Amino acid sequence: MSTYATLEQEARSQWEALQGRPWLRVGMAICGRSAGAQEVLDALRRALERHGLPATLTPVGCLGLCFAEPLVDIQKPGRPRIFYQRVTPQSAEALVEDYLLRDNPRPDLALGTLGGQVAGIPPLEEHPAWKPQVRIATRNCGTVEPANLWHYIANGGYRGLAKVLAEMKPAQVIEEVSKSGLRGRGGAAFPTGTKWNFLARAPGPTKYILVNCEEGDPGAFNDKGILESDPFTLIEGCTIAGYATGASKGYVFIRHGHEGPITLTRKAIAEAYKAGLLGQNILGSGFSFDMEVVLTGESYVSGEETALMEAIEGKRAMPRSRPPFPAQVGLWGKPSNINNVKTLSYVPEIVAKGGAWFAGIGTERSKGTAIVCLSGHITRPGWYEVPFGLTLRQVVEGIGGGTSTGRPIKLLQTGGPLGGVLGAERLDIALDFDGMAQAGAIFGSGGVIVADDTTCAVDMVRNLVAFCQFESCGKCFPCRLGFTHMLEVLERIATGQGRPADLEAMRTIGQAMSLGSLCGHGQLGFNPVQSALRFCADDFRIHIEEGRCPTGACRPVLSLPRRTRPQPVGGWYARHAYAHH
Amino acid sequence: MSSHQEDLRQRIRQAIAGQPQPTVTILSSLLAVQDALGWLPAEAIEEVATRTGATINDVWAVASFYTNFRFSPPGPHTVEVCWGPTCHLLGAQAILQAVQEAVGLPGEGDTPDGRYSLKLNTCLGACAQAPALALGHRIYGRMTPETARRLVEGVNQGEAS
Repeated sequence: MSTYATLEQEARSQWEALQGRPWLRVGMAICGRSAGAQEVLDALRRALERHGLPATLTPVGCLGLCFAEPLVDIQKPGRPRIFYQRVTPQSAEALVEDYLLRDNPRPDLALGTLGGQVAGIPPLEEHPAWKPQVRIATRNCGTVEPANLWHYIANGGYRGLAKVLAEMKPAQVIEEVSKSGLRGRGGAAFPTGTKWNFLARAPGPTKYILVNCEEGDPGAFNDKGILESDPFTLIEGCTIAGYATGASKGYVFIRHGHEGPITLTRKAIAEAYKAGLLGQNILGSGFSFDMEVVLTGESYVSGEETALMEAIEGKRAMPRSRPPFPAQVGLWGKPSNINNVKTLSYVPEIVAKGGAWFAGIGTERSKGTAIVCLSGHITRPGWYEVPFGLTLRQVVEGIGGGTSTGRPIKLLQTGGPLGGVLGAERLDIALDFDGMAQAGAIFGSGGVIVADDTTCAVDMVRNLVAFCQFESCGKCFPCRLGFTHMLEVLERIATGQGRPADLEAMRTIGQAMSLGSLCGHGQLGFNPVQSALRFCADDFRIHIEEGRCPTGACRPVLSLPRRTRPQPVGGWYARHAYAHH
Repeated sequence: MSSHQEDLRQRIRQAIAGQPQPTVTILSSLLAVQDALGWLPAEAIEEVATRTGATINDVWAVASFYTNFRFSPPGPHTVEVCWGPTCHLLGAQAILQAVQEAVGLPGEGDTPDGRYSLKLNTCLGACAQAPALALGHRIYGRMTPETARRLVEGVNQGEAS
């Protein structure tokens, strides 16, 4: 039986062993890989072999500074970490030869240092994209090898669970989480402690924690980012949630095809079982908890909490009617809690440092940090963990460095496609669940897509509505038909064929959708159009009255995909469809 | 039953039986077959129904719902172009056009010579490196129409040589 002390000792000795020789870490999460990190890793390996250099080469996750990918972090013994940006196979070889062989740290290739000074290289701590950050859920991202239990424990991992099992009753854990003010990070911002209480009060012994990493929102990549960079923080958080609520099993729900998060989370779960941190009698406490990764097919709505349960059960991801709520009747009819990856990733630090510590960060009603994903016309795309209360301007202009085109910002698209758009005049509102809702946007899952003034609101909204049309699950006809109809109207407007009655028609459709749909997909379906009309009414007016696009973005474009049902395979389906097998 | 068909069924059964995770459902079994074969032949629907004790109708309902399932074999090179809003803002339409010209297709589908399958993806998850496309399982970011064209043409030449 392992105890936390023996695990910690092993972790510390492994971590210390790493410090004895040069350590090269390459960001290999999706952003790194899509920028060419595999070639960089291969070049580093070849160069190290060629020169016979004793060094450790480790693929790590994402530091969040995606603009700088491929990112290589080199730490020589007793020296600070130096981060090199936009590394190519050629510059990778140069780094091995110049820095490792000749001790020239190549300031010209560096982004910054962490944990000390190197002449000619600015400290990353002072970088505008790093300085405002308070890294809690992402504290290990880009630093540890994902799915390496020893790396995780050596950096403070599992002390939260060890404390909970040794010192706290389940109700005390819930109280601590309630005290922290943690609210769900999946979009609804529901208080986590309250949600856990619903499950704790439900009858056992079979109850489930469902971790939502469907993350279908275009523009959001922080859930997958955490699982690809530090899956143990989620696993520990989920295990603590299991203890607090009396749940027996946790399911991590990830979309098929996202190999990085899937493989690493599965590997990390297997490691946790091996170390006695999952399974029967965890750390000798008598508490048992299982975890498993389940995959969904491509379906945006499967991220909706009741549709998610249908998908885990292997069915079509279509939402269920509520009540009964999942905490009473959930997965396979058992009481269940659905938590977002980010929400649970805060939990280990909250219990280790106390709810009051977490509640001291952020604003009055939005405690802790926001993990913002910046993309679009932005100088520094990436994901950044910042305290709630920063203004959108501080995030977009300070951290993001303003528009990549140098042009003024016209729109922000926040919180996923259903979040709609926010005009540039709202840049000074604070990042805050409620403040953003009052401004007509949702913080949602943290995606912020920046669009400059070459963007046409009609074109943008057409893209969002096409996404929603494609992704409607089809269960409720106001949603299924409403998006299709709204898209037709938008395509008409985009191509200069709009009619004055079109805006009213869309409003009527939107109203029907919001009244007649079971889940948020249809209920919020009019939001993209409504928000664009609020901030960019002129774009619509010019299209309809003058038959032209004010920015030229609505050129005759290729058509966007539209959801139709697949054709049955030959006559086979018709012959066999109703046959009991 | 021909040996080819028997071989296909064998591979399907292996894919269904070889799932590593404890929870096996209609959906997980279909995903396992799609991973093994790249598509779902009619035999897969039947085998999954047999294994899970469901009707063909139940299985087909699930297979037809999720947009990643294919019902015909894909070409050796699958190209997925992202059309999420970030990629859209940064030129996904021009990337798509370049890819369509490179493979000779007017939209989603398979080329007549069977070499390429072109698909549009609602979001590949690489928004920070937009615009993005995927060749098979590999994602490429910061695309221009020119780099996209070269990439897509190159993969075919690479195999031919």
